[in-house]
Amino acid sequence: MTYIPHSPQERDAMLAAIGLKNLAELFKDVPEKHRFPALRLPPALTEMEAAIELGELSLGNENVRTDLVCFLGAGAYNHYIPAAVDHILQRSEFYTAYTPYQPEISQGTLQAIFEYQSLIAALTGMEVSNASHYDGATAVTEAINMAYAQFHGKRTKIVLSPAVHPQYRAVLRTYTQDLRLTIAGDLPSPDLAFAPQSLLPLLDENTALVIVQYPDFFGRIHDFTALIEAAHSRSALVCIAANPIALGLLKTPGEMGADIVAGEGQPLGIPLSYGGPYLGFFATRKQYIHKMAGRLVGETMDNRSQRAYVLTLTAREQHIKRERATSNICTNQGLMALAAAVYLSLLGKSGLRQVAELCYHKAHYAAEKLGRIKGYSLCFDAPFFHEFALCCPKPVAEINAHLLEHGFLGGYDLGQDYPGLKNYMLLAVTEMNSKDEIDALAEILEEVAYV
Amino acid sequence: MNIPANLKYSKTDEWFDPATSKAGLTDYAQGQLSDIVFVEILVAPGDSIQTGNPIASVESVKAAAETYSPVTAEVAAINEALADTPELLNSDPYSKGWMVELKDGDASGLMDAAAYTMYCEERSH
Repeated sequence: MTYIPHSPQERDAMLAAIGLKNLAELFKDVPEKHRFPALRLPPALTEMEAAIELGELSLGNENVRTDLVCFLGAGAYNHYIPAAVDHILQRSEFYTAYTPYQPEISQGTLQAIFEYQSLIAALTGMEVSNASHYDGATAVTEAINMAYAQFHGKRTKIVLSPAVHPQYRAVLRTYTQDLRLTIAGDLPSPDLAFAPQSLLPLLDENTALVIVQYPDFFGRIHDFTALIEAAHSRSALVCIAANPIALGLLKTPGEMGADIVAGEGQPLGIPLSYGGPYLGFFATRKQYIHKMAGRLVGETMDNRSQRAYVLTLTAREQHIKRERATSNICTNQGLMALAAAVYLSLLGKSGLRQVAELCYHKAHYAAEKLGRIKGYSLCFDAPFFHEFALCCPKPVAEINAHLLEHGFLGGYDLGQDYPGLKNYMLLAVTEMNSKDEIDALAEILEEVAYV
Repeated sequence: MNIPANLKYSKTDEWFDPATSKAGLTDYAQGQLSDIVFVEILVAPGDSIQTGNPIASVESVKAAAETYSPVTAEVAAINEALADTPELLNSDPYSKGWMVELKDGDASGLMDAAAYTMYCEERSH
């Protein structure tokens, strides 16, 4: 039995409709030598042989739990994940991560998403959160879609801080390339002392949205209140891309007056996992709820007056509103959102604050220590959270190679994204890093300066 | 179904009142949409609009629809009350649920109540 649903007659009819003779013509744009390449596969293995081979391959992996000491962050962070997170995620009731359309059989999943939304709204200081997006980059991009829809496409300028994660900036350019937007402020070689007020001259009556990051990509903490007031005076919206762990300690974007808070939810109980699956969170104010992308779970009463949860305000989504919807993304990252909800519930408000404080104090101990090593200095003097840029006496790649030999995963090479920031290493310190590890890092860095 | 005799109607289910220059969504349309939870007027006083231009976006609990201008005219006023009370489109589509006031609109291309009644009946079969 094959699982190809179309009969040869149906396929011929479809080919005829687009003016092709056979299936091969459909692929003629693929260069011939790549069309059916010889795969040169090894002979088939038995299950036992395959298990042995995969086991051997896995020995080549090095991970931050058992093999490497991690000082790498730049958007994905190594935090402790309580065992209960995975235990709850693996319960069979939550196996279907897909959006629950049928409330009569999905109360548990819907309630979990509702709790997730409530936690994100509280954490960001906003009024409403959607049921999540794929990752931080796509969540931030949805802020553009929302602002664009809010102004009915009449405002076409986005003011983008160069201190927003470079990958978020790349993704949002890709997503919005056909919207004919002007993206201002995102210079390849920004002023090193970049501060929020440098975006002020870019604001005008055509500005739909301002996007900044908090803490910024370099780990620095800015108060965006004045920038937000200036943006609002021109009726523009402001999105803050925030680190959720930092929000356990710092003033919330809501308190600063932000209209949208989006970001990467990975730090909330989700492992690094070589880049995914991650979690995009998105929160806004109630007045913009009809322009928000993504799914939304609401609490209501059923016909027996019992508390019940349902998908709500779905008419704004693309399966109903079609091309007039804010976004064509309406799926969510259910299992990862559940992980974040469980993580936040386990830690509670004071536990999250404690994680954030540990990150903050350890990062400041590290910065103080590393900045004093001969040949090294802290690149910025702005307040920072758990990440800071260290100016090094040698190329970052060279130092990182040396660190790896000692079992240390070094910092992010900022020169990759900012040509002016050669030898700038972005280091992240979390609650996972011990004082001994920081002291050992300092010793290796000192040593490598003279190699 | 309520189809007042003094109004004119478009094929996209908007009404226009030549006496008051007001326009909105018909009773038939609100019935098809069911409970309306959100209305966004897409035009502002002073805008010049053509017949068929979108004037509002409407969302109900199960559907979303665009409302189009029944005439070519200048927008004189919009119904601000709909933003907070979109349910007026369901409860009172021809009076409190008016959407826009369209100055000097020419209603000659629109259906009268009898023609619109037939048009609605055809579609309900």
